[in-house]
Amino acid sequence: MIGARALRIEDPVLLRGAGRFAADTIRPGELHMRVVRSPIAHGRIRSVDVTPALLLDGVVAAWTHADIAELPAIGFRLTPLADLLPYRQPVLARRIVRYVGEPVAVVFATSAYLAEDGAELVQLDLDPLPAHLDADAEPVAWLDAEQATWAAGLGHQLPAQDSQATAFTVEYGDVAAAFAAPGPGYRVIESDARIGRHTGVPMECRGLAAVYDAAEQQLIVDGAAKVPFWNREAVAAMCGLPPRQVQVRETHVGGGFGPRGELYPEDVLVTLAAVRLRRPIKWIEDRQEHLVATNHSRGQHHRLRALVRADGVIEALDAAFVLDQGAYVRTHGATVASLTASMLPGPYRIPNFRVRAQVRLTHKTPAGTYRSPGRYEGTFARERLVDRIAGELGLDPVEVRERNFIPAEAMPYERPIQAMGTELVHDSGDYALLRAKVWEKFDLDGVRRDVAARRAAGELAGFGFAFFVEKSGIGPYEGARISVDSSGAVTVTCGASSVGQGVDTVLAQVAAEVLGIAHDSIRVVRGRTDQFEYGRGAFATRLAVMAGSAVSNAAQALADKARRVAAHTLGVPVEDLSLAGGKVLVTADPARALSFGEIARLLDPSGAAELKESPGLTADGWFHSDHMTYPYGLHAAVVRIDPGTGQTHVERFIVGYDVGRALNPTLVEGQIAGGVAQGLGGALYEEFRYAEDGTPLCTTFMDYLIPTAMEIPPIETLITEDAPSPINPLGVKGAGEGGTTAVAAAVAAAVDDALGRPNAITSVPIHPARIRGLLT
Amino acid sequence: MSSAIPLRLYVNGDRYEIAVEPRRTLADALREDCGLTGTHLGCEHGVCGACTVLVDGQPVRSCLMFAVQAEDTSVRTVEGLAPDEERLHPVQQAFWENHGLQCGFCTPGFLVLIAGYLEEHPDAEEAELREVLSSNLCRCTGYQNILTSTMCAARAMRGEP
Repeated sequence: MIGARALRIEDPVLLRGAGRFAADTIRPGELHMRVVRSPIAHGRIRSVDVTPALLLDGVVAAWTHADIAELPAIGFRLTPLADLLPYRQPVLARRIVRYVGEPVAVVFATSAYLAEDGAELVQLDLDPLPAHLDADAEPVAWLDAEQATWAAGLGHQLPAQDSQATAFTVEYGDVAAAFAAPGPGYRVIESDARIGRHTGVPMECRGLAAVYDAAEQQLIVDGAAKVPFWNREAVAAMCGLPPRQVQVRETHVGGGFGPRGELYPEDVLVTLAAVRLRRPIKWIEDRQEHLVATNHSRGQHHRLRALVRADGVIEALDAAFVLDQGAYVRTHGATVASLTASMLPGPYRIPNFRVRAQVRLTHKTPAGTYRSPGRYEGTFARERLVDRIAGELGLDPVEVRERNFIPAEAMPYERPIQAMGTELVHDSGDYALLRAKVWEKFDLDGVRRDVAARRAAGELAGFGFAFFVEKSGIGPYEGARISVDSSGAVTVTCGASSVGQGVDTVLAQVAAEVLGIAHDSIRVVRGRTDQFEYGRGAFATRLAVMAGSAVSNAAQALADKARRVAAHTLGVPVEDLSLAGGKVLVTADPARALSFGEIARLLDPSGAAELKESPGLTADGWFHSDHMTYPYGLHAAVVRIDPGTGQTHVERFIVGYDVGRALNPTLVEGQIAGGVAQGLGGALYEEFRYAEDGTPLCTTFMDYLIPTAMEIPPIETLITEDAPSPINPLGVKGAGEGGTTAVAAAVAAAVDDALGRPNAITSVPIHPARIRGLLT
Repeated sequence: MSSAIPLRLYVNGDRYEIAVEPRRTLADALREDCGLTGTHLGCEHGVCGACTVLVDGQPVRSCLMFAVQAEDTSVRTVEGLAPDEERLHPVQQAFWENHGLQCGFCTPGFLVLIAGYLEEHPDAEEAELREVLSSNLCRCTGYQNILTSTMCAARAMRGEP
């Protein structure tokens, strides 16, 4: 069952339109919330008058910051550097607005239409201030002492702060000494790489439906995603309730990709309103709001300087980058900068390494994580540098990479830095083997010859590739409970979350493998704080590793318990029993068997006491991990450029990816294909652009261009299992992000090749106008 | 604002007697007044196609049509595709078998679009179908499995193995 191309158990419900997404929870008497957002990028709030809205029939309440002044700023979930505390976002703007789209007031009304009518009547009197948009520019004054002190919430006075929220250095070896005393023939090679601001943009906008159940004395929050357990704690604290009075329930989630599910101002407002107004409250973000309110990502500018031997081996890398954080630091804290820094060396040894990260505020939508955060950016920067090294030294780019790879015999390979608070240990991998396998399977030498021939014939065709290391399976823990009812039906209950990637199916497959039953007979319950006690969430490609291992452990414990009961009842030793078809049977005499249902009935509380077992055919399993696991891959692209329009067409896209063990190869390929499509969006189409005054220019799908079926070629994949992870019982590494990681790097290399201009592409997205400029 | 006016909608063969404001979109009427929440709203400006329904057999963005405009038409939504509780429509079955969906949010729009198109163009070929699919957005799959599902569904609907 593990490793099978099993059909998804989620699908029949979704295919019938019977799913329950955030907007599908409809409660009688519900009020709809509409957020009044700042129309300017920077300004002083003179007044916000909600009275005209309150006079409208159907409007029940309207709030400004004054109505929620006791709420603290929104906290950090990850990488909570103290430096960043003053930059946290208030739930509603206080005194100053700092980006177009910042929540300034909210209106609650009896329909979504009336709420919108009411919101339009709210009077904002704002004094515009100059917008600071260029993160590369020198930092400017950002927060006065009062705001810094309030937002930090440390209980002591802080001074005013500038727009550089934090800067830190990650390093090992001795970069300064290496550059100061280069060996004979060493070269210094520099490069510059920019990634445009873009983000996940799931097809379902954010939304939440909350109700305070007075009978049960429970605040019920539906429509959560990604991190419901963390959000339960945060919501409880914000609403002044103990966590046991808050139930956060994930329903169906229409895509996550990083931004969705984090705690945003709107989540706090919806839940607080349910408590205060004692009416069901619903908020469904519209797309225009989504594109200015939900986390952006990726906007980074890198400068790299490498000390390189004549044979292409990188002796030292000295790097710096600026991250355009937008107007506030949200739940991710310094996660993206931290991951960029620690994952920058990727698959290469690089004995001396130093990277300086600068996180800077601008008057734009705040930024957070997006699929492969820090790696999409860093991989683009690093792989562009490696291509430049190859070009300047006259070496083959394959050769340069292979000379720098961490060799298979060095695994596990510890890089003496940290990633997401864990020691960075490449747990397993044979990078050269994957490179060779991809080359052979897709005949990439032949592909290169073919594009060269096309170029010789006058076409602008090119080939490019990039190599990368991903990370997955961050701990520290995940748990699962498996229980069997009196009919023998099996339920897996766990703290995992699903953002639509097929978690239920994979966890069912893992349980089915151990229990010897069909995966589609298993019900998976997850993402509900009323059903399980702990869960860390659906991010960082962690669930196949963490929840998968927890389910495996729970299933083993359940199987052991079932065997003990059957052994006692059938009067045979435990070793003589096996599990198959929902039964425990005597291996040598399969007619002697007890079904799971019979065992469950034997384990009712009375029977269990006699058997000296805990009641019920049920078992818990936990999995703990202090280290991440590191999948790795290669992306390759064949492109054709239209010389008339400058448009880049991606003809082929190839991915080789080692996931240690593919629990369901169809789902792994699906993750890769979807990840590539998003990577291509960032490489060629998607970018949030701003006018000089900070007005966002991409607030609809007419200006923010998500690839369609016409832009995405068939994604050709080679999934390998050459390097199982030694740090979890399944040997699995996560598949969620490796489709995205090196897309920009590979496409840029292919465009360089098509143009016959090495190092031409130093920034993405690659606009047709840029190509036209290079062609003339 | 004007008050609600009575409206009769025929959806998936059922009659709904509802009352809506003239400004109410067909999508909102289907979802909230008829309780058919399988039709999803992904952009509300007619680009993403998640809200696609068939009105008299033609694919329509239900976010861009007022409910009152659908009076006396026959509307078909994702809930009306499968013949019964046991069986799926060939397009639904093909999506299941070919991993044509991940989060499932855009899926109803694709299913309805494809079912409607294939009923009118049973012999449509790959290039044509790819172009049809490009009228809707999906953020999870990268589209290839949607195209594969569509080709499989077309064969099934033509009665080919």
